[in-house]
Amino acid sequence: MEERVVFVQGNGACVEGALYAGLGFFAGYPITPSTEIAEILAARLPRQGGRFIQMEDEIASMCAIIGGSLTGHKVMTATSGPGFSLMQESLGYAIMAEIPCVIVNVQRGGPSTGNPTHVGQGDVNQARWGTHGDHSIITLSASTHQDLFAMTVHAFNMAETYRTPVILLLDEVIGHMREKLVIPEAGVLPVVDRLRTAVKRGVDYHPYLPREDGRLPMSDFGGDHRYNVTGLYHDMWGFPSSNPKVVGSLLNHLVEKIETSVHDITRYKERYLDDAEVVLLSFGSAARSALHTVENRRRRGDKLGYFELQSIWPFPSGLVREKLRKARRIVVVEMNKGQVTAQVKAAVEKPERVFLANRIDGELISPTNIATILRIIQGKGV
Amino acid sequence: MGTRDFIRERFFPHMWCPGCGHGTVLNCLIRAVESLGLDKSQIVMASGIGCSARISGYVDFHSLHTLHGRALAFATGVKFSQPALTLIVPMGDGDALAIGGNHFIHAARRNIDVTAIVMNNRTYGMTGGQYSPMSLMGDCGTTAPMGTLERPFDAVKLATAAGATFVARTTTYHAREGISILKRAIAHKGFSMVEFLSQCPTQYGRRNGLADAPSMLEYFKTHTVPIGSEKAQEDPNILERGIFVDEDRPEYCESYAAMVQKMAPSSGDGGAL
Repeated sequence: MEERVVFVQGNGACVEGALYAGLGFFAGYPITPSTEIAEILAARLPRQGGRFIQMEDEIASMCAIIGGSLTGHKVMTATSGPGFSLMQESLGYAIMAEIPCVIVNVQRGGPSTGNPTHVGQGDVNQARWGTHGDHSIITLSASTHQDLFAMTVHAFNMAETYRTPVILLLDEVIGHMREKLVIPEAGVLPVVDRLRTAVKRGVDYHPYLPREDGRLPMSDFGGDHRYNVTGLYHDMWGFPSSNPKVVGSLLNHLVEKIETSVHDITRYKERYLDDAEVVLLSFGSAARSALHTVENRRRRGDKLGYFELQSIWPFPSGLVREKLRKARRIVVVEMNKGQVTAQVKAAVEKPERVFLANRIDGELISPTNIATILRIIQGKGV
Repeated sequence: MGTRDFIRERFFPHMWCPGCGHGTVLNCLIRAVESLGLDKSQIVMASGIGCSARISGYVDFHSLHTLHGRALAFATGVKFSQPALTLIVPMGDGDALAIGGNHFIHAARRNIDVTAIVMNNRTYGMTGGQYSPMSLMGDCGTTAPMGTLERPFDAVKLATAAGATFVARTTTYHAREGISILKRAIAHKGFSMVEFLSQCPTQYGRRNGLADAPSMLEYFKTHTVPIGSEKAQEDPNILERGIFVDEDRPEYCESYAAMVQKMAPSSGDGGAL
């Protein structure tokens, strides 16, 4: 495919990234503000040899993509808060059974039905801890359509590399806003393909025995090896086990494969950090207002810096600590009650430097909102 | 191939209680698959959670032991993404018709080529004998010490109304009939549902005056009749057995393939919103 320039919604940019990464199977259920992802794929996937199905609910959608991944396809579903809540049980299944898949959550205001057509960023902690039990998870975000395209490809790459679900945490503004997108030629962005076992038919294949590099080669359902997949603790054959050694080592494996790879997973953007006295740290659509504020104030000579998290989980604590070491004040701009702020406070030295600049009423936080909060933080009055 | 080639012997003995009917269902299923001459590498068994669901660990197919109630949703993903595979989905009655009721009716409505087997023992056995949506009115369970106040589903009528194109009922007493019904169900193109009455003397029978397997099997013998028998019309406690529905209607994956044939090949960003 040649390079193409398009003008699309963020939901459309996400679709382009997914197709670039090799999406072959999508199952979903309509929910604002993510529905366009399903609508576009319903038209596009069948034409490209892929499969699209609208399931009876979000629970079934998540289950269906796990099934689709097991036959060897790259799979995705897309939803918003209430649907994401329904997916949590099967998300845990995909973590436990180590099934690569991508879940897009175009966030709206919550809790409950909340504010369906308005923006929110309140699902940060749900992405991390929504499913029960200890686990680790990869969660990515983006503030522009070009970044969203790249992060969608990265999401699929991480899902395949670590055999794990990856959450793409977008929001209503990013999902519905229209912006230019340059779709690169095939081959420009790296695409990680499914790692399949080299074990021949008839030879014992251990689906859950990691290679030396820690990766677990897969075998497609319907292919050469018949094995068991379960959400129970399981041994290297995939068979249920409550042997304490098996249980303990599997849980450690599930967590460590992600936590020890934080450098490989992490994506971020930074500007003017070298001399910044005040750093605005943000993600998603809120980061657009944060960046606007930083650029404007720089022109006036104010030493503001910008740090954008494109990967939120695993939280890059070491990187955040290092990058924000010199800042006198760190202002986290987010549209929730401080979910990322708490992570930043835990990561940096002198956490009393960390402040929250938020908006939680369903409207996009604006540069004016940020300016007002900065004045209060800096003791300049309103 | 002999029937033993279809089981994973190293995982036996199975975990079902003495007298449980689920082993009979497994036996019938293996014999049905063997006599159909299917390649076991082309079969995927998806199951949910509960005593019934453990059946997928014992068969030498691709096996997917999923979540409570969700087996049909997982199976839909497997089948639709690889339509050449044969999907067999055994479920318990609570698994299929309580927590999984929505997936059950929608899989039937979609007519996706999956064989659902409802291993109906009228109780939640694994959690200790609570009443299920298939417990008969007045049946006792640990959560219905005075007898359940609820009416059960009729799985056959439910599947039929939801659009299943093959619907049947049999029991573990009628094992030969069970084999032939399962053969027909698996060979059927479209969504097939077999309700397989299976005894649970440990959790259901003990609480309902049928404390051992022989008395429960005797009950299946005396309280079921072939379809059309007058006895069933006279006595509401008697259930009919046999094949209730066997229709030829467009199967979901085939309809999708036909739709793809009709669609114009990819042109630019067709479908962009």
